[in-house]
Amino acid sequence: MDPTSTLLTGAGYWNPLAWLLGLLVAFIIAWLIYSMGEKGYKPGTAQAEPFISGNKEPEMKGEVHVRAGNLYWGYLEALRGYYDRLVPLHSGNLHDYILWYLGITALFLFLVVIFP
Amino acid sequence: MIPAFIVTHSPALMIIAPLVGAFLSPFICRISSTVRSIWVGGAMAVTSAIALILALNVYSAGTRLYVFGASTASAAIPPDSGGIPIRIIFEIDPMSALMLVITAISGFAIIVYSLSSERSHTGLESYYTLYLLMITGILGMVSTGDIFNFFVFLEILSLASAGLIAYRIDGGVAVEAALKYFVLSTIGALAILVAIGIYYGQYNALNMAMIAARMQFSVLDQVALVLIIAALAMKCGAVPMHFWTPDAYSMAPSSITALLVVASQASLYGLFRTVFTLYNVTLNAATVGWLIIILGVLSMVVGVTMAIPQKNVKRLMAYHAVSQTGYMLLGVGVGLAVLGNQSLLDAFGYMAMEGGIFHIINHAMYKGLLFLTAGAIFLRLGTYNLNRMGGLGHSMKWTMVFFVIGALAIAGIPPFNGFASKIMIYESVFVFNPLLAVIAMVVSILTLASFVKVFHSIFMGPALPEYSEVKEAPMPMLAGMGILAVVVILFGLFPGIVVESLIAPAAHALVDQGAYVAAVLGGV
Repeated sequence: MDPTSTLLTGAGYWNPLAWLLGLLVAFIIAWLIYSMGEKGYKPGTAQAEPFISGNKEPEMKGEVHVRAGNLYWGYLEALRGYYDRLVPLHSGNLHDYILWYLGITALFLFLVVIFP
Repeated sequence: MIPAFIVTHSPALMIIAPLVGAFLSPFICRISSTVRSIWVGGAMAVTSAIALILALNVYSAGTRLYVFGASTASAAIPPDSGGIPIRIIFEIDPMSALMLVITAISGFAIIVYSLSSERSHTGLESYYTLYLLMITGILGMVSTGDIFNFFVFLEILSLASAGLIAYRIDGGVAVEAALKYFVLSTIGALAILVAIGIYYGQYNALNMAMIAARMQFSVLDQVALVLIIAALAMKCGAVPMHFWTPDAYSMAPSSITALLVVASQASLYGLFRTVFTLYNVTLNAATVGWLIIILGVLSMVVGVTMAIPQKNVKRLMAYHAVSQTGYMLLGVGVGLAVLGNQSLLDAFGYMAMEGGIFHIINHAMYKGLLFLTAGAIFLRLGTYNLNRMGGLGHSMKWTMVFFVIGALAIAGIPPFNGFASKIMIYESVFVFNPLLAVIAMVVSILTLASFVKVFHSIFMGPALPEYSEVKEAPMPMLAGMGILAVVVILFGLFPGIVVESLIAPAAHALVDQGAYVAAVLGGV
């Protein structure tokens, strides 16, 4: 048994420990770059405030949080045709659920008996 | 050392322990909350320990046969039965053992979590009774070598699951979700019962090894095969028979949703056991294999695309569960499609199956973990609505860490366990059909996109004033999540060891119909 737990994947291999080692090296390099940055920053001043395209941070902090409903609007808009057909299939109606199940059973029966 | 009695009778004890725990719970759980916790926690711990002992025994000593009503396993076929094994027989090969490991780990982690998450609710004696019955059903389904017995355990599981989906009532919505699950499960179970009748009418046997040995693949066998495949594919949430899944998963308590994932996988196990053990090369592997592959691809694509626009975090996760089931169907379906061709099986078929089977255990761990984190959030916020969440990274740091582990694992990000099983599926399926592998990879990207949205919505942003009083989840809930998170990390860091010791034996046991039959019939 390989103690480093290399996983053979058919066409290649995967060793998470080697990958972690690479990640560690990347983190060290990132830290070195970070440590060379500006050290004169003053906590509690405007320097520590979030930068919101030059606007002041609103009093109600919840207003700056982008909620789930506003995410991936472009993706959903681009695929509206797909979703307009797919979502209504999930009707919540038990009769529809049963029909889908029986329909698939019938289709499979046809295919398996035709191509035994 | 483990007493020989326990090892010898572990298949029976594994069923007896949760059954005794379940039937005495209504009485013992009324004494006090401490006694209740000790009783149900102890019953599940004992059950998990026995299941793990049995699995370890199978992995070290080979397939175990346990004949109920006989003193030894060699008495599987009574002398006056006409050569037919008429007793109920448990046959636990490495594939069954893998399912035992999944149930043992998940079942224990979830009950630790439940001891805290459900503490404030009433009717807990019913909750724990049904929980232990679910465990009994799952363990029985994955262990039995008798197809009618499989049906019985499936029914135990379905009844208990329906009761627990409806547990919180929630203005009747949870009850409606349970009703949908129950009606569909009952129709599916009836179809399986008809299939069992077909086998019994033709082969005069209910033992799976016996049916496999006599399998002719007549038209009636084809009808039985389709009835079982469709019913179990519906039970495991394969598209387009998945509609009950988001309804039931989102309305059940999160602890139960995590266990429903394991229950779905027991149905998936039944599907694989049927096509590989009962039929194997007698069926048209290409036809049935492609049907399973198509179910898998539809599940992956429809599951993930339906998940992205969801606002309810549990419905979103439920659609991802459908999507992940697609990977398992795809991997094992590719193995089935090349079943009759040994060179293709060796070239990529086994690898695809191992990827699919590895994904079963990985999915049980990370998806269970994600549902548990959703439950912890609901406990503190009282909502599953993502639009109302934000900034919880300030107050629920451990829950956030566990969520990130689960989310990265499900998205197939290294070095977590989801990546290991997915890369096995990608590479092997690519050799079979590159388009399928590309679809699988795109689905992974969409999964990551979806969980980035969830992570941002729940944990990122400034601490919201309405949640200023929110505290971290209680310790037992964190412990339950922690158990699953540790498994996710360990399986991700040491995939080679897991595949070599747990997964590859399971895949080979599934393909090797002769060994399964010979264990009961002795090479007949």
